[in-house]
Amino acid sequence: MDTVLGIDLPTWWFLLIGALISGYGILDGFDLGAGALHLFFRKEQSRRIALNAIGPVWDGNEVWLVIGAGSLFAAFPLVYGTILSVFYLPFMLFLVAIIFRGISIEFRSKEKMKWWHQLWDVSYCVSSTVISLLLGLILGNLIQGIPLNANHEFVGRLRDFFNPYAILIAVTVLSLFMMHGAMYLLMKTEDRLYAKLTIIANNTSKFFILCFMATSMATLIYVPHMTAIFKAYPELFALGIAAVLIVLNIRRSIEKRQYRRGFISSSVTTALLLILFAMGLYPNLVLSNIDPKGSISIYEAASSDGSLRTMLLFAAIGMPLVATYTVFMFWTFRGKVKLEEHSY
Amino acid sequence: MDNVELLSRIQFAFTIAFHYIYPPLSIGLGVCLVVMEGLYLKTKDKIYEELTRFWVRIFALIFGIGVATGIVMEFEFGTNWAAYSRYVGDIFGSALAAEGIFAFALESAFLGILLFGWNRVSPRVHFMATVLVALGSIFSALWIVVANSWQQTPSGYRIEGKGMQARAIVTDFWAMVFNPSSIERYSHVLIGALLAGSFLVLSVSAWYILKKKYIVHAEAAFRIALWVAAISSLAQLFTGSKSAEVVTKYQPAKLAAMEGHFEKSAPGDMYLMGWVNAKEQKTTGLKIPGGLSFLVHHDVNAPIPGLNSIKPENRPTAINFVFQTYHLMITIGMTLIALTLFALFMLYRGKLFQTRWLMGVFVFSVLLPQVGNQVGWYTAEVGRQPWVVYGLLRTSDALSQAVKAEHVLASLIMFTFIYVMLFGLFLYLLNKKIQHGPDVASDDETSSRMNPSMLPILNE
Repeated sequence: MDTVLGIDLPTWWFLLIGALISGYGILDGFDLGAGALHLFFRKEQSRRIALNAIGPVWDGNEVWLVIGAGSLFAAFPLVYGTILSVFYLPFMLFLVAIIFRGISIEFRSKEKMKWWHQLWDVSYCVSSTVISLLLGLILGNLIQGIPLNANHEFVGRLRDFFNPYAILIAVTVLSLFMMHGAMYLLMKTEDRLYAKLTIIANNTSKFFILCFMATSMATLIYVPHMTAIFKAYPELFALGIAAVLIVLNIRRSIEKRQYRRGFISSSVTTALLLILFAMGLYPNLVLSNIDPKGSISIYEAASSDGSLRTMLLFAAIGMPLVATYTVFMFWTFRGKVKLEEHSY
Repeated sequence: MDNVELLSRIQFAFTIAFHYIYPPLSIGLGVCLVVMEGLYLKTKDKIYEELTRFWVRIFALIFGIGVATGIVMEFEFGTNWAAYSRYVGDIFGSALAAEGIFAFALESAFLGILLFGWNRVSPRVHFMATVLVALGSIFSALWIVVANSWQQTPSGYRIEGKGMQARAIVTDFWAMVFNPSSIERYSHVLIGALLAGSFLVLSVSAWYILKKKYIVHAEAAFRIALWVAAISSLAQLFTGSKSAEVVTKYQPAKLAAMEGHFEKSAPGDMYLMGWVNAKEQKTTGLKIPGGLSFLVHHDVNAPIPGLNSIKPENRPTAINFVFQTYHLMITIGMTLIALTLFALFMLYRGKLFQTRWLMGVFVFSVLLPQVGNQVGWYTAEVGRQPWVVYGLLRTSDALSQAVKAEHVLASLIMFTFIYVMLFGLFLYLLNKKIQHGPDVASDDETSSRMNPSMLPILNE
């Protein structure tokens, strides 16, 4: 098999797509979280500031979803088709929420009527919440595995997706994003809204830690295959410990009012949780919970070596560019939000 | 055709037709923005700055809806066409991923600066952001059209596996990218986009001129857009005929459907308008005998293979539909050429902006490139049937196995409802922005702050 720097091509793409999804979780995570918190801000002024804190960057953040999905399509087409068609209705709902979220941000400022603002505020908050929950629900089911027979055909029912574990993961993702969003907004706001957000950050972080503990317990008990790798490689357990320490560090940063540090910690938490998931998964991409032969491994799903190699070159050129734009964009809009004529 | 296939096809056609309103507008408008802001940097004339700011606001509205509806398309390949995704992932997926990395990231990142960066970056950096957003949208179209063109004229691949396990593998990446129809189809689509964007500017400016509002701004914008539109509509004649040559060579069934040509082998006629009766295999209408043969082979007697030379199961079914959309596209193209050339002539005579009926025509002209782009797309896509990848994969074999008809129906109803609402809101807000007009710094709008003759490149 073709390798680059000693790593085979499908593994490279497993890592790259993992990095893209982590990037998406970290970047869109905070603006989805900010959206989910939106209705907690009561004053028109506060809502405008919160909206403009993500205004110039959310579109760029969503690019990571587009690139991540495109890369999954290109590198592992079998998995792309399987996951998207199996979760047909959840993904359709996800798309609708994506549309509503985008247009809510865009349309809100276009009219002066109070009911108009109220309408798009609710739409923005609900769609952000729904996106976070659906991402969690799909993730929760992928962690447990889905019923695929030996031919990788789906033999389950839609309602099976709404099981307690998946719902727990959905709520956990929402709580993580809300905390992450609160910390981002704290870096961008001042005065009254800042004071309000300190309370929100405090509460959402407590809520997240509760969810985190429940999720860890539930995973250890009900999803043993996710932790099997620790038995094989006990030294990897360090990553689990690191996750716990980082999560505790979020609390510590919030108590010390070091929100930038807290934001970095919640970013790392997002990435670490996805890394733990990826480790439990590898070398599979989709687990079957009824027949091990139904699981889809990266080798089975991978595109041809030639295609993977070409795209790896594209990624090597393109990803530094994307990272540069992202940094340039955040740097341009650094500092606290000031409302001006071009603001939403 | 079973229900899942029918519903998935309707859903895909509907969502792409709706999406395809916006990207062409933002591509064309992006180019007009580059010209406007470039002129501002060059001349330092406030008018151009105010124009740029005004059109950026409209650009943002269009871009936002374009992105939201574009994400839907990307996911639909997997949700509704899982077998297709598996079959072409190696190829189509690479092009789509390249679009994300090389184009979409560029547009989206610099869009933030274009919209919100006025007071944060220097005018030069802002102009650079405008250029990059425009370039991003142009590259974006490139990769998407390349991916689509590969479906029309596959090359640079081999087929691996048999039956349901078969899939296309890239053997030569650049042969895949520059497949036989990529360049012709891309230039045709890109110029269609320039027409869509420039005619929006023409329409809004003409309306201001008729209403005697923002006259100086409107005339400046009209000049810019008229040049873009005139050059584009002439160029479209060329790219269109090139595209037809490619279709002749690689997709004979589509060509035969486009002209309603049934005989196995006979000289092909070119219809100006007409009607196809597919059952009786008869096409009636106003035609140039041997015109198609002449266009393709430069000989009125050269035989063209008709639909009857193709196995029945490999023929497109909606022949009259393809015929009508194709001819409507050509009619619109010719109208645009006549309209823009006449307007340039009137500009040269110095009478353009005083000719009220012509301004009235331009107000409504915005619909023409939009309809042209839509029917052009239908011709290309419906004419390709029953193949989703020409000659390789049938549309009926491309479906997701896991999806139930009632789920597709539910999502189709949902999309119909949302898109109708979205379109209504779009028109409402677009109208509102147009009514509001550009923010003019001082009230000497009608005085000649700008002397049009100072602008050599825009003046005749």
